[in-house]
Amino acid sequence: MVNPYTIHPATIVQKIQEAEDINTYRLQLVDEQAREHFRFKAGQFNMVYVFGVGEVAISIVSDPDEPELLAHTIRAVGRVTKAIAGLQQGDVLGIRGPFGQGWPLEEARGRNVVIVTGGLGCAPVVAAIEYIFKRREQYGSIKILHGVKTPHDLLYRERFKSWGRFPDTEVLLTSGQPDKAWHYHIGVVTELFERVTIDPGNSIVLMCGPEIMMRLGVPILMRRGIPETAIYLSLERHMECGIGLCGHCQMGPYFLCKDGPVMRYDRVAQWLGRTGV
Amino acid sequence: MTSDMHGILPKSSLQRLLDVLSVRGYRIVGPMVRDGSVVWDTVRSVSDLPIGWRDQQEPGRYRLEQTDSQEVFGVVHGAQSLKQFVFAPREPLLQIERRKEGFTARPTLPQSEKVAIIGARACDLAGLTIQDRIFLNDAYRDPYYASRREGLFVIAVNCTRALSTCFCVSMETGPRARSGFDLALTEVDNQLLIEAGSEAGRDLLSNLSLSTSSEQLSVEAATRIEACAQSQVRRLDHSRLPQALYEVHEHPRWDEVAGRCLACTNCTMVCPTCFCHTVEETPDLSHQQTTHVRLWDSCFTQEHGYIHGKNIRPTIKDRYRMWLTHKLASWIDQFGTSGCVGCGRCITWCPVGIDLTEELPALLSPGIQSSTAKRQADGNSRRVEG
Repeated sequence: MVNPYTIHPATIVQKIQEAEDINTYRLQLVDEQAREHFRFKAGQFNMVYVFGVGEVAISIVSDPDEPELLAHTIRAVGRVTKAIAGLQQGDVLGIRGPFGQGWPLEEARGRNVVIVTGGLGCAPVVAAIEYIFKRREQYGSIKILHGVKTPHDLLYRERFKSWGRFPDTEVLLTSGQPDKAWHYHIGVVTELFERVTIDPGNSIVLMCGPEIMMRLGVPILMRRGIPETAIYLSLERHMECGIGLCGHCQMGPYFLCKDGPVMRYDRVAQWLGRTGV
Repeated sequence: MTSDMHGILPKSSLQRLLDVLSVRGYRIVGPMVRDGSVVWDTVRSVSDLPIGWRDQQEPGRYRLEQTDSQEVFGVVHGAQSLKQFVFAPREPLLQIERRKEGFTARPTLPQSEKVAIIGARACDLAGLTIQDRIFLNDAYRDPYYASRREGLFVIAVNCTRALSTCFCVSMETGPRARSGFDLALTEVDNQLLIEAGSEAGRDLLSNLSLSTSSEQLSVEAATRIEACAQSQVRRLDHSRLPQALYEVHEHPRWDEVAGRCLACTNCTMVCPTCFCHTVEETPDLSHQQTTHVRLWDSCFTQEHGYIHGKNIRPTIKDRYRMWLTHKLASWIDQFGTSGCVGCGRCITWCPVGIDLTEELPALLSPGIQSSTAKRQADGNSRRVEG
């Protein structure tokens, strides 16, 4: 019987600093057999384990077609992620996964893609962006709308710039509390909707970020004619098991670890913004 | 029903059943009196069972009393359901050892132990069926649960007496055990009507070479079970669920019940179906070895709704609403069944006697708090003091 709790050791092949407290870890599963069996979809997550400390759910940011080298971008905010931050190249982490439902990138093929992200929420969606740009000709126009609180929160600055150089691609950035050097839009991410043209009949929207951003943003997109079935959200709840058993990640009738974390908007509309859900 | 499916066991011969189970390698677990209640423990002889004892249960109140009857199964139930036998309160999942290069993780699956439980009630069986659905027949199969479940032999007892807190009739789970048992007993005076519900049960029954049950005894047993059903005073009308409960998310009754709830987690601990758990890492002092342990958790704890930087359910109101909405409504969407089996344990073991059969109708009635609801609330708090 497959034991869904089994943890596979993985070596940190490379540690890349993204910001003061954020690192990307490129990992390779130690066990050859585990490495061969490990296949994932963009938007799925792993439970990442530190010896003697515990596990934490982290989305996979690397390309699904290169499953032998996994990448996780992790901010040191909690008990486990702070322990991860202390690890270096050559150290060993544990991996259990992949879990959950990823982004609908097959369904998005041939359509225009609008990506709306806020703050540090951009990590899960980076996997989708990279996936699309590696297969650029398979998708229509790409619009990336990204909002941060302060310019300091802007991760992947270089990547945003390079994404903007792809054909038929727009990258719009905004900051709510800009500094003097900020030369992009000032305000919240939903204001960027007015600055792009969206073909509502042939677009798919991928959103990831604070729930309030999604809650306020979706109605605006729907007023632009985008059907709610074309809007996908990556949602976040506390996850301990990854397999729909521990009960923590519930949102209404869903277990976000197994039914999500990417959910089509119409399925979760009635639960978003409800207090205590 | 064929004759190898049922028979009569004189109560004086109950020990024979226990002996046959022992010979077959089962550890026998049954209700035993301890600290003013009953708990499941290893039974060696019939005299270990709570003969002559009865339980009285009310919201926030549990009392055992001794009668001069020779009833073996007069106690309906204690705080424990069958949950602990399959979904262990503390289950080591992995033993992880530090190695020169990293670590190795070894699953610590429990030995499949042959356990025969005598005295399970229909509501307990319903709870077990729901747990099976969650741990064995969902997206993933839990091997720890599966290992414990494999060795279980369940001897149910049909209820012939209802507690004031019972409402299994309205949840359609009892008082007669319909499925999910190996053997089922009905205690009728000095006799036990015994019925097989599985191949293993049938096999054991044939080994006991019992006299065939008489029509008269079967009728008498059915009459007593029916009388028990008729005597239930509580009921839960779940006909409009799940939707009706989803629609009252902002009902003022949630505030009112939150004023009484202590968030003590008792209801979730005694519930036969609650499955929330957390995983703890317990390293040894040298930090060379660590155990990955699963522990029961509760949606009433502060940590349950935690996500980095904030708590999704900071108030007791949020937590009670989460629990009740999950138990009675979203559970149906998740698993195709209610999460409630009508055992009434959450009512009895709530220190302030919160009663979900009272809360649900109050929540489904129009939102202005009536004076009746107010009086009920006051009554509830007084009951605690009394």
